[in-house]
Order: sequence, then structure tokens, then C-alpha cells
Amino acid sequence: MSVMSIVRDTSFSQEAENAVNGPAAIVVEALEKTYATHDGGKVQALGPISVTVPQGGFMTIVGPSGCGKSTLLKLLSGLIPRSAGSIKVNGEEVHEPHRDIGMVFQSPVLLPWKTAIENVLLPARVLGLDMASSRVRAQELLDMVGLADFANRYPNELSGGMQQRVAIARSLIHDPSILMMDEPFGALDAMTREVMNLELLRIWRKAGKTVIFVTHSIPEAIFLGTHVMVLSNRPGRIADLVTVDLPAERGLDIMSTDAFGVYSKRIRSQFNTQGFI
Amino acid sequence: MESVHNSPTVASSPASFSLRRTLKARPELLLIPAVFVAVVVVWEAIIRFFEIPIYIMPAPSNIALALVNTGYLDNALYTLGEAMLGFLLAAVFGIVLGGLIAQFPLAEKTLYPYLIAIQTTPKVAVAPLFIMWFGFGMTSKVIIAATIAFFPILVNVISGLRSTDPARLELMRSLRATRWQIFTMVRLPGALPMIFAGLNIAIIFSILGAIVGEFLGSRKGLGNAIMQMNVNLDTAGVFATLFVLSAIGVCLHLLMSFLQRKALFWADSSRIPTV
Repeated sequence: MSVMSIVRDTSFSQEAENAVNGPAAIVVEALEKTYATHDGGKVQALGPISVTVPQGGFMTIVGPSGCGKSTLLKLLSGLIPRSAGSIKVNGEEVHEPHRDIGMVFQSPVLLPWKTAIENVLLPARVLGLDMASSRVRAQELLDMVGLADFANRYPNELSGGMQQRVAIARSLIHDPSILMMDEPFGALDAMTREVMNLELLRIWRKAGKTVIFVTHSIPEAIFLGTHVMVLSNRPGRIADLVTVDLPAERGLDIMSTDAFGVYSKRIRSQFNTQGFI
Repeated sequence: MESVHNSPTVASSPASFSLRRTLKARPELLLIPAVFVAVVVVWEAIIRFFEIPIYIMPAPSNIALALVNTGYLDNALYTLGEAMLGFLLAAVFGIVLGGLIAQFPLAEKTLYPYLIAIQTTPKVAVAPLFIMWFGFGMTSKVIIAATIAFFPILVNVISGLRSTDPARLELMRSLRATRWQIFTMVRLPGALPMIFAGLNIAIIFSILGAIVGEFLGSRKGLGNAIMQMNVNLDTAGVFATLFVLSAIGVCLHLLMSFLQRKALFWADSSRIPTV
């Protein structure tokens, strides 16, 4: 893990990066997002940002509210157009939502008139995948997120944590290589959230996906990530990029170790110097 | 950590016990018929005590007799037929047109002020024109019923489709769903609570439309019967007809509520108006 490094200056060499880390899943160069104001001016919302996410990496993005974390995720997923720079997902320039990305939003966004398994199958239907094999896969994914017995339940019969697990299963049904998650556990209570964090790590190790995970919790960012991107106040820029060198197999007790505390302190100090705590 | 909301299980118990328990839990089941009986008794007593003439105000007993002695079935079926045909026309046109308008924002913005203007115009006022154009037969009543029932459906279809949860749209966009996929998978099912609310109003409006049409010119139907009985000072007959009309209204309302509960089992029950 420790050899994985992330290059953040704009003048990096991708060959060198690949030589060290293997192929990159996402390469972002000088990415910017500006909004036009009503009096004809421009407001810089984000960037410039340059970063490389290695395949199989778990990058958490942490920053104060309003710094553009969610905007960055929407840009990476192709949901909103960028103003400048380039985003490459598996070597392809992103202009619209990419087939190889699975999205998990802040709320589960399940369709209440469909059962859990039908919700998981939604992307398969939209993308026109073979339904028979997708159904088998959907059941496997529900097994993986611990909802094997809840396939035929409706969302209003499931708790918030269970609904978010269905959403995670749904994001994986078309077997994307990249998972993008926008504060998926923000609405859950602290206990459920910790359980979901453990589950997510287990799923990530098992499924071998690249994960981009937005959060405003520093401990969550360190606990989950192989890399933590700390964003600055608006316009969001990279204030720090931390490579987390903790054992891949981690339990909640790792949060009380010294190493964890050092990372936490480093990120918190960034927050302090930015003046947003 | 996580709980599943199970529906409460009903304990099995002897019939008499469960009846008593039901009445204890829902005393209105006893109070509703009690109110009916009380009103009928007081009404009957007042009419008899003050000796009010039957052509001014009939007693419940007179109304009951009129109900039994006059054949209402023919007229009731005729009026119901007009209303249901009108309602079906309104539902088909309302949903199709509403769906089309909601798909094209410019069409919606352009047409919306006109729709509001038409909706706020009392459609009953246009009914004489339809009688003139389509004659005294069933057609004119069907069209009047359809016209009156159309707008609540149309407006609710449009606002139901327009109020789609943006998060659901974002989910569909992240999957690069086509316009048609978004419409059939997300927009239309999500609009069903609103559409049903519109249908509920419309089905009652369609009866209103049929009756108004019959008032203006008809040879059959309950509206026609009321007009004739009024001329003959058969006030008991008029009341009996009103009773039949309200029975039809209640039945249609119950039917719609039933369909609504079947179709919208997933929706937040507080958003569904119940009987």
C-alpha cells in the first residue's frame, strides 16, 4: 500500500505513475468548474484539480461543506459538464455518464413501488442487459450486502441502513470497475454508520473495485481510504493528499491506534489552517 | 441495529370477542348507522308532528316507498353509463395529453395559462352548447361528463409528472436512460398518487356532468327523472332519486379507493385520501 502514491502537480508523467502503481483508473488534469453569475461574471467553484486514482484504490474526499466535494464527484461521473481540464476514466475522456461507473447517492433513491431485487435490477433494465443472468447476479449482490432474505421486500419495509445497502448492490449490478459514493452514510445514525463502513470495506476487498467516496467525517475518510483527498474551502482545491498506510484488514479498533491519530491530526491541522473548523 | 416493520399480527379469538374488540377499537362502526337512524327518526317525527305536506317535504317513510315503487334501475344504469363513458374518455385524453405536455417544457409553459383559464371556467356553462351540437341522446351527456372530468385529471397528471424527485432523475441520468425509460420507469409510476387523486375527483365530476346534461335535455336518466318528478310535485320521488345518486357516488368512490390502495400500496398512506 505504501508504495501507492498520488501525483498532484499538473506536470506529472503518467508513464512513471503507471510504472509504480499499475494502470490508473481515473486521471484528472487541471479540472475546473466555474459558474456564470447573473451579471455576466464567473464564479470559480472548484479547481484546478489534478489527481490520479490507481485501479483498486479507495480514495476518500473530505472537506468542509460547500467546498465542492459533491460537485467534484458529479464531474468525475460525467453527470455535470466541466469548465476546463480533462477527466479520463480507464483511459477514456469523460463527457457523459460512463458505463463503467456505479453511483451511490446521499439518499438511497430506491423506487418505492419496486422490491429490493427489482431496484437492484434497475440499471440492468436501463442498460438492456440479459435479465436472466442479471437476476442471478442481483441475488448474489443482495447476499453480499447481507440482505439475502429481503429480496422481495419493498423499500418502506427496510430500515435506512438496509435501503442504502440495496443502493450499493444496485450500483454494482452492471459490474462497473469504479464505484462513486456521495456521503452514502451521512443520514445514518453513528452505530449503523460504523457497521456500514465495515461492510463497505468488506465489499470493496471482495469486489476489487476502485472507489471514490465523499464524506465530511475525517475518521470515516481515514478508516475507509487508501488515499484521502483533503479539499480546501471554495473554490475547492486539493489542500492535502494523504496515503493511508494502515492494514487493509482493519476493524473499528484501528481508530484508537496512534497511527490513526497521526493521520487524523494531519488532516485536522489542514482544516485548522484553512480556518474552517 | 436494523428492524423490519412487520404488520401487526392478528390474534385469533372467538367471534364474539373479536366483534366486541373491533367495535371498541373503531366505535365509528356503530356510530355511523346510529346517526342515520337518529336522523330518520327525528325527521319522520317532525314531518308527522307539524303535518308538513308531502309535496313540500316528504317523510323518510314516503321516500322509502317511492324508492321501492319506482323503477330506478333503468334510469340509474343509463346515467351511470353516460358518466362512465365520459370518465373513461376524460381519463384517456387527460393522461395521454398530460403526459405529452409534461414531456415538452415549452408546450407546458405555453399551454398552462390557458389550461388554468379553462379549468377555472365553470364547464357547466358550456353544457347547453353541447346539447345543441350533439342532440338529446347519450352522446351530448357523455361529452359534457368528459369535459367536466377532463381537467382535474389533466392538471394532476401534469403536476404529478412535474414533481418527479430530482434524485431519481439523477440516478436515471447516471445510467444514461432514454427519455422513454425515464418516463415509464420513474416519472409515470411516481406520478400515480397525484393521478389517482385527479381520477377520484373526476369520477364524481362525471356523474355531475351527466346529471346536468340530462337536466338540459334528455329523454332518460336520473337527471331527467328528477326534472319530471319536480314538475309533478313528486317530492318524495326526487328525494328517492337523490338517494340513488348518492349511493352511486359512494360506490364509485369506494371503487376508486380500492383501486388506489391496490395500485399505490407502496405510497405513504398519509398521502392517499381514504374514505
